[in-house]
Amino acid sequence: MQKCQKCPNPATLHVTELLGANQYEELHLCEQCASKYLYEPQPKFGAAKGAVEGREEEGLFAQHECPSCGIKFVDFRNSGRLGCPNDYQTFREELLPLLENIHGEVRHCGKVPRRHPQSKEMETELIQLRNRLKHAVTKEDYEEAAKLRDLIKHKEEA
Amino acid sequence: MNLDSLTQSNGEWLRGSGPEADIVISSRIRLARNLSSFPFSSRASTHQKAEIEQMLKDRLVKLEAESRLDYLPLPALTPLDRQLLVERQLISRELANADGPRGVAVANQETVSVMVNEEDHLRLQAMRSGFALDEAWTDIDRLDDLLEERINYAFSEEFGYLTACPTNVGTGMRSSVMLHLPALVLTKQIEKVFRALQKINLAVRGLYGEGSRASGDFYQISNQVTLGKSETTILTEIREVIPQIISYERQARSTLTRESRQALHDRVNRAVGTLRSATMMTSEETMDLLSSVRLGVNMGLLEDTISIPTVNELFLQTQPAHLQKLMGASLDGEERNSARARYLRNRLREAGPNLN
Repeated sequence: MQKCQKCPNPATLHVTELLGANQYEELHLCEQCASKYLYEPQPKFGAAKGAVEGREEEGLFAQHECPSCGIKFVDFRNSGRLGCPNDYQTFREELLPLLENIHGEVRHCGKVPRRHPQSKEMETELIQLRNRLKHAVTKEDYEEAAKLRDLIKHKEEA
Repeated sequence: MNLDSLTQSNGEWLRGSGPEADIVISSRIRLARNLSSFPFSSRASTHQKAEIEQMLKDRLVKLEAESRLDYLPLPALTPLDRQLLVERQLISRELANADGPRGVAVANQETVSVMVNEEDHLRLQAMRSGFALDEAWTDIDRLDDLLEERINYAFSEEFGYLTACPTNVGTGMRSSVMLHLPALVLTKQIEKVFRALQKINLAVRGLYGEGSRASGDFYQISNQVTLGKSETTILTEIREVIPQIISYERQARSTLTRESRQALHDRVNRAVGTLRSATMMTSEETMDLLSSVRLGVNMGLLEDTISIPTVNELFLQTQPAHLQKLMGASLDGEERNSARARYLRNRLREAGPNLN
């Protein structure tokens, strides 16, 4: 039996990590290392290699930024956590192969909230406003912060 | 809710009743949900987390659910109380050790708990004693509907409920069944069962989510996939596989009775003997010995002198935080081992068989 690439245990999970168009990496892991790999925030195996071999592509991902929460795809790669709900739209193309890998499917077919969800634009706008508010507070620009707070309140109540 | 009073009871999941309760300890379903107009917890500022907490707390305590929810803000709790909640499986270790505004809403009977500002803004959990996934689903589905009436969840038609980690996206549902499988461990067949489960995309973890070596021979079986399958499908897949594992465990128990009855009897009696007379006892050794006792009770080797609910209670009460609560004092490792041994001696003196 093949050995795990991270420890001496037998590999029971075989992961194909898609790094980009026509680029992929195969991983052979034991259950423990695999769950670490899949669930824990840590730099993915390919990150270091990608930085050398696919600098252009990595660079492209790195520049790509979510307009709502400000994270880049590379931030997600490193932490394993997305920044806000809007990231699923912003990084859709990058996430699809990852979702396929984890779930074997890329489309939801389960429960749907009964209530009509708030419009997408409104959600995105609110996240953006909250992000600006956060920056204003950090910069101690309290005048701007107060304005933004009122605007958020107004939009939420509308 | 008075946390000290929690130690007097077993909570829901160790009640020791419900279908197949000799092997199935509990059934649990959790749903990950997020608010649509906030960044996920890890990217939210302290101020935003406080805002999220305030909003969710208000909704949670005012819910017209059958059982009222009490909200406990974690920063206000001592580390010992947080640990107590972890041991009772009401919160995750991550929530206990995190920073900033966060908390948990707990129902009276501990059948429902809702974590606020964990990895996701909301983690709803329903627990039932025994093999009762459907009942747990009914509880959690209703709670989810009630909350959803007043909260805008982050949801997309394409990806379902949006979560901080893509491993939870879609249904956001993790359903798990906790099993006590001592005979499969003794007969060295447990690895085989794991491999079969992995092939059908089910995960196996220990009692508190630790790696493959599960203390007390407790194993949690749960779904990995959350996207592209409906809640009903996910539940059905688990519901169908559990009876097979139960039957393997029963077969292994028959094999033990048939082929090594003496050795089994010896093992169970030694476990009782050690628990009744040791003066230092680690948590790990306690779990191992109690596992043998539990097996002994279920196989009728202890002449009904100890009940399953009592053994379940001992599993919980000998955990570090519970033990310190019972003793009413903060104890270091060595003091705990001595207090644990004393507690077990007393409890088993009342309940154990007469050793003459």
